[in-house]
Amino acid sequence: MSQPLIDVENLWVRFGGRSGVFDAVRGVSFTLGQERLGIVGESGSGKSITGRALLRLIQPPGIVEADQMALQGEDILHASEARMRQLRGGRISMIMQDPKFSLNPVMSVGQQMTEALRAHESVSKSQARIQTIKMLDEVAIRDPERVFDLYPHEVSGGMGQRIMIAMMLLPNPEILIADEPTSALDVSVQIQVLDIMDKLVRDRGMGLIFISHDLNLVAKFCDRIVIMYAGRIVETCKASELRQAKHPYTLGLLNSVPNLEYPRDRLDVLKRDPAWRDAPSVSARQ
Amino acid sequence: MTAISVQNLNVWFGVGAARSDAVLDVSFDVAKGEIFGLVGESGSGKSTILRALVGLVPTWSGTMQVAGETLGKKRSQAFFGNVQMVFQDPYASLHPRHTVDRVLSEVMQLHGIKDVDDRIAQLLDDVGLGASFRFRYPHQLSGGQRQRVAIARALAPTPTILLLDEPTSALDVSVQAEILNLLADLQRDQGLTYIMVSHDLGVVGHLCKRIAVMNNGEFVEVLGVDAMRRLEASHPYTKHLLESSVQSVG
Repeated sequence: MSQPLIDVENLWVRFGGRSGVFDAVRGVSFTLGQERLGIVGESGSGKSITGRALLRLIQPPGIVEADQMALQGEDILHASEARMRQLRGGRISMIMQDPKFSLNPVMSVGQQMTEALRAHESVSKSQARIQTIKMLDEVAIRDPERVFDLYPHEVSGGMGQRIMIAMMLLPNPEILIADEPTSALDVSVQIQVLDIMDKLVRDRGMGLIFISHDLNLVAKFCDRIVIMYAGRIVETCKASELRQAKHPYTLGLLNSVPNLEYPRDRLDVLKRDPAWRDAPSVSARQ
Repeated sequence: MTAISVQNLNVWFGVGAARSDAVLDVSFDVAKGEIFGLVGESGSGKSTILRALVGLVPTWSGTMQVAGETLGKKRSQAFFGNVQMVFQDPYASLHPRHTVDRVLSEVMQLHGIKDVDDRIAQLLDDVGLGASFRFRYPHQLSGGQRQRVAIARALAPTPTILLLDEPTSALDVSVQAEILNLLADLQRDQGLTYIMVSHDLGVVGHLCKRIAVMNNGEFVEVLGVDAMRRLEASHPYTKHLLESSVQSVG
């Protein structure tokens, strides 16, 4: 098999504080090829922190340790800050949860998009504008010339998220980390945004890490799923085989979702077993 | 018996050219002991209806009757004892520097309830928290526990009607299941009437018997939950909403 895009082995993220050290991520291992990998878990399971650790965005007092963290063979755990700035956005991009808080409110959409492009590629302003407008068109934004000059507060949530996707894809990264990209959006807009993201990721042969708390959404949208609980991977499976999942936590998550078509009198409530916390992390390396 | 009756309700914000109509000519009745659902996208006016009912929006026209009382500009003390609201975000709706005990006792003092001490123990028990949570601050509670406190606070003046504004949208699915079960139990044990607002059709379909679909401030359709499950919607917008919801569940 060819070299994976991302190879992580035994990743630990710790936060020290007054009340001792808290391990947010505890010995997680996984690889990412040209595929769509979903990371699922409840709040506080360490899924977002894992995504951030990949971009080395964990600030002190947070400590990141790993046996290996490599981007196509290049060590990113010990890379210099200058090198990381080239990689962030250039080769690994991240889409955040809420466009309201992730777009710069005092720069127009066009300004911040061309800035993102010109930070990684030496293109002229007029060329950057052309590329930006083409990208906005690709994320199904009508009338991209008009949107180019709008400010973030003048666009809707769904449009804002599509602008984020366009901005992150402009420098042609190889890996996209999407951290709950649609949880701030309405259901009807969610599907539209996901379809656009899906199409772009496929067309460009990118690797995608999709972080979400919604197991069903991830199952529909990803090739492989990693389920995290209390900083560890408790189970990993192909998305198509999710229905055969064995771990009680995965089953609990699946059964706690109310389903319109298959009503039940009572929803199953997750009974948390302390043993899940202590069980060793399952490796999701391939 | 009708618990809530709303006729030709209009709600607007702003005046003159800046006026925007949030709710347009909405009418519905909710029977006693019924769970009525309101679904729609953000900005469709579903929360505004609840806010108008409890008196948080001054600019409305039409007729609203709650438990036989016709609502005017001011609500009576009895109204607030009878109708309570649970808000969306339990992280924002509890006072950060008040203990659970103080949050609950304040409501009871306002409503002139005696034997506060026993009632608090009873309320915490009802929402599945237990006495050990009584002197905690909100930051010492998880999201689900906070929402239980918010529900306990709403139940404190022994209301018969609860207005639920997206009570689980800020919570994890596993915690959402606990809260939905709790709401179902409370409704059954105390014979409460709910109006529940949500953008999640699965959640609404789980609890509600009758569901109104809103778009741009108007009711496009009111349908029973069975029709919804069979995906029998007559209005194209409802169809679109149902399709995207079923698609995302896959």
